Amino acid sequence: MSALISLVIAEHDNQFLKAATLNAVAAALQCSPEVDILVAGNGTDAVAQAASQITGVRKVIQVESLALANQLAEPLAAQILSIAKNYSHILAPATANGKNVLPRVAATLDVAQLSDVTKVVSADTFERPIYAGNAIATVQSGDSIKVITVRTTGFDPVAATGGSAAIEKQSGDAAVSNASSSSFVGRELTKSDRPELTAAKIIVSGGRGLGSGEKYQEVVVPLADALGAALGASRAAVDAGYVPNDYQVGQTGKIVAPQLYVAVGISGAIQHLAGMKDSKVIVAINKDPEAPIFSVADYGLVADLFTAVPELTKALS
Amino acid sequence: MSMNPFDEIAVEEAVRLKEAGIVTEIIVVSAGATQCQETLRTALAIGADRAILVESDADLQPLAVAKILKALTDKEQAQMVILGKQAIDDDSNQTGQMLAALLDIPQATFASKVVIADGKATVTREVDGGLETIALTLPAVITTDLRLNEPRYVTLPNIMKAKKKTLEIVKPDELGVDIAPRLKTIKVEEPPKRSAGVMVADIAALVEKLKNEAKVI
Repeated sequence: MSALISLVIAEHDNQFLKAATLNAVAAALQCSPEVDILVAGNGTDAVAQAASQITGVRKVIQVESLALANQLAEPLAAQILSIAKNYSHILAPATANGKNVLPRVAATLDVAQLSDVTKVVSADTFERPIYAGNAIATVQSGDSIKVITVRTTGFDPVAATGGSAAIEKQSGDAAVSNASSSSFVGRELTKSDRPELTAAKIIVSGGRGLGSGEKYQEVVVPLADALGAALGASRAAVDAGYVPNDYQVGQTGKIVAPQLYVAVGISGAIQHLAGMKDSKVIVAINKDPEAPIFSVADYGLVADLFTAVPELTKALS
Repeated sequence: MSMNPFDEIAVEEAVRLKEAGIVTEIIVVSAGATQCQETLRTALAIGADRAILVESDADLQPLAVAKILKALTDKEQAQMVILGKQAIDDDSNQTGQMLAALLDIPQATFASKVVIADGKATVTREVDGGLETIALTLPAVITTDLRLNEPRYVTLPNIMKAKKKTLEIVKPDELGVDIAPRLKTIKVEEPPKRSAGVMVADIAALVEKLKNEAKVI
């Protein structure tokens, strides 16, 4: 393969194209001048339409199949593999879906995968964080196809509109013939009208200092309401059952970089800092003046969160 | 050397499946330097039956480890492979998925609940919006997330017992596996340090700063 052409795997729920796709397209455009998007799912016309309008996209490949409705790794990987050889780079946002499927694609192609890439140095050289973000490795791939998950906070999104790519429909046969070994049982998604954690401009996160799920609801939620913010949490708060798993910000949870990150009762373990230290402005409220969170905070307040946070909520309402 | 926390959860889950009468034998595997024997002994103390160390001082990247595990899974005819979801040094989060691909069997990553019955694994996964449950026909690969279980503490009698369990050492060559690294690390740097900001006296001062200095609200 001589020409450089990238394929981006669209992140979507069959109805909406997820914003993380725009960051992956931005990374892809730094790998190659031409970028195609794969929309693989079931009932995805609106998603394919949205993808075709993304700035910089050459072509949208739309594959419709019941076997792809739930983004299961086996059929989705097979579908990607059916066109993989046409590309020099295959990228997906480093979401739960992207992380689930791309290593499977890479191994079948007998190539390495690059996880959580934060910078494209050249078409074969990339930066990625290691040791919970305490070091940045520059790595070079000698493989013919580069398979990459993109850390969305590393790339500014391209514009969602302005493009007019053609939509090409392709058959889902590859997915169908790889759909027998796994099946979808159910989904229990956290219902919320709030912005998505990884796309939010403001995030309010709560930690172990809250003491209980009730206190999280009483103290953190009203502040998030006042700010129009997404809700996050430390691993300790998730492990203690205060909030669902998808709230977790950190090395093994979600990586976020909002304009404003408010940490309430979070001590600031290294694995938490790994998930939020690229936020533009960080506010920490904690009663322990020695808490490591203060070492990354732009504004720190040593106070009892049970009085300080309601006071902040009131001041902002 | 201490065990990766996700791997510890994987060993614990296997031991619980054995205690429930679902699994008949647990083989723990590690690929790496001689010191990995200690990690394997810990897994044996948690309750694994025997261990295999694939000894190598080479830079073992996820694809190479997946190839090693494929060779061992084939050799041992394992019906289920449970791994941690990611290493905590290179944070790659790839090996389990790669192994499933090489074996051409289904995968369930980021597991928070595993139920095995009638030749099927029903696995609840931690995904971006919450939880998702899928069913896989065995053999299958499962990778663990933090909430799957809480690993037990190993007891002294079990550490003593673990010393008597079989720990086999093989070389990647003997498995006929190509472990050559595919990614070359050119450099490793410290990221730009975030400097600590200012402490504010009260909420009024904080609101003033956020409005007029940072201009984020």
